[in-house]
Amino acid sequence: MKINIIFFGQLSEITGTKNISLEDMADTKALNLLLHSTYPLLKDQPYRIAVNNQLVSEDVLFDEDCTVALLPPFSGG
Amino acid sequence: MTDQNNDTRYRRQIILPGFGDKAQQQLLNVRVLVIGAGGLGCPALQYLVAAGVGTIGIVDDDIVSLSNLHRQVLYSVNDIGLSKVIVAEKVLKALNPETNIISYNERLTVDNALLIIKSFDIVLDGTDNFATRYLVNDACVLLGKSLVYAAISRYEGQVAVFNVKTKENERAVNYRDLFPTIPEEGIVQNCAEAGVLGVLAGIIGSMQANEAIKLISGIGKPLIGSIINYNSLTNELHEFCITPHTDAEMMMPKNEAAFKQTDYFSACVKDENNLIISKDIFEKFRLLNDVLIIDVREKNELPPITEFNHLQIPLSELQRSIPDIPADIIICICQTGKRSGVAAQLLFDTFGNTKKIHSLTGGILAWKER
Repeated sequence: MKINIIFFGQLSEITGTKNISLEDMADTKALNLLLHSTYPLLKDQPYRIAVNNQLVSEDVLFDEDCTVALLPPFSGG
Repeated sequence: MTDQNNDTRYRRQIILPGFGDKAQQQLLNVRVLVIGAGGLGCPALQYLVAAGVGTIGIVDDDIVSLSNLHRQVLYSVNDIGLSKVIVAEKVLKALNPETNIISYNERLTVDNALLIIKSFDIVLDGTDNFATRYLVNDACVLLGKSLVYAAISRYEGQVAVFNVKTKENERAVNYRDLFPTIPEEGIVQNCAEAGVLGVLAGIIGSMQANEAIKLISGIGKPLIGSIINYNSLTNELHEFCITPHTDAEMMMPKNEAAFKQTDYFSACVKDENNLIISKDIFEKFRLLNDVLIIDVREKNELPPITEFNHLQIPLSELQRSIPDIPADIIICICQTGKRSGVAAQLLFDTFGNTKKIHSLTGGILAWKER
């Protein structure tokens, strides 16, 4: 499936980009594997994944052209 | 106080469709607690007081410093060195003398949190560290208090409303449904390290006040169980729906007794090499010869240390390179003990057991209260 990823907060600095599109992504598990091998610093970062604006906690299959957001925690105030 | 004065003061919001005297009375009757009188707290407090919230509590043990003034707009240069809650109360009372303001010039801990939060209806999280955020969240869940959460970093901010039940058969979501576990220190940067755009604090803190007003008055659609992320550079706003996470309940203390036993601050810090020392041990160490104390805060952070000799090397500099340090004993200190823990670990990675390396638990703020 083609997916569109948005990196929020510190994650966009770690990956060097705010948005990327990926082809042939099946599910969140595959996405995490690819992201962690492409951006090793992501492995140590806490984040949640949202698919089409819905936070997901288990492995989720992607629909074609869905939007996947990676949300890190912020602490500043 | 006269009804006529209030009618004049609040007239422009009372005449709004959907608002009316009813909403104004609801604001007057409610008790809102704002935890943190900093970047988020300042605008939130201003707009809640202005709107006519009847009782407002403010919790903060910090003092005003120059580096606050680019975003903490309740304060002025004349307030540098003064307690934030005392200054805030004065400024807010001048804005609206009818507001009942209760100031807590103390840090929120497991010992005082339940007692303080219990007497309020809604809580705003304007804190600046994860340990307190989780403490506040858990306390609100235990006490059944609505929590308006917000956080900022660099150019982005988040806002959410937690702990408000909407579905009969489903529990209300809280911060732990978003991030069940406290992140480790040093992984996520705070404002002193990462930087933050001043006006972003104003935007996000005002959004917090807006969510609170919606909850209180019943107008509009509060962000119950949702979180928004706002990017001030692009004006992109994304809203995400949060559902209950299976780990959330497991990670929280089950009851008030367990809450009081929870150490939120240590939970952030992995101390595999036993680097963290207590205040008492610090006292013993600093009287020895050949001890170097390093203040790893950013330059100009208050309060200044005048009680003992020390070197100032910000953590951000240490992270770039570790200088040659002849001393046999090195003790790192910072504001609350978090950054010094990271610094101590960095030094330990460099010097190993050739030196005694430590970090003071609770930091300067706790040490000054000894």
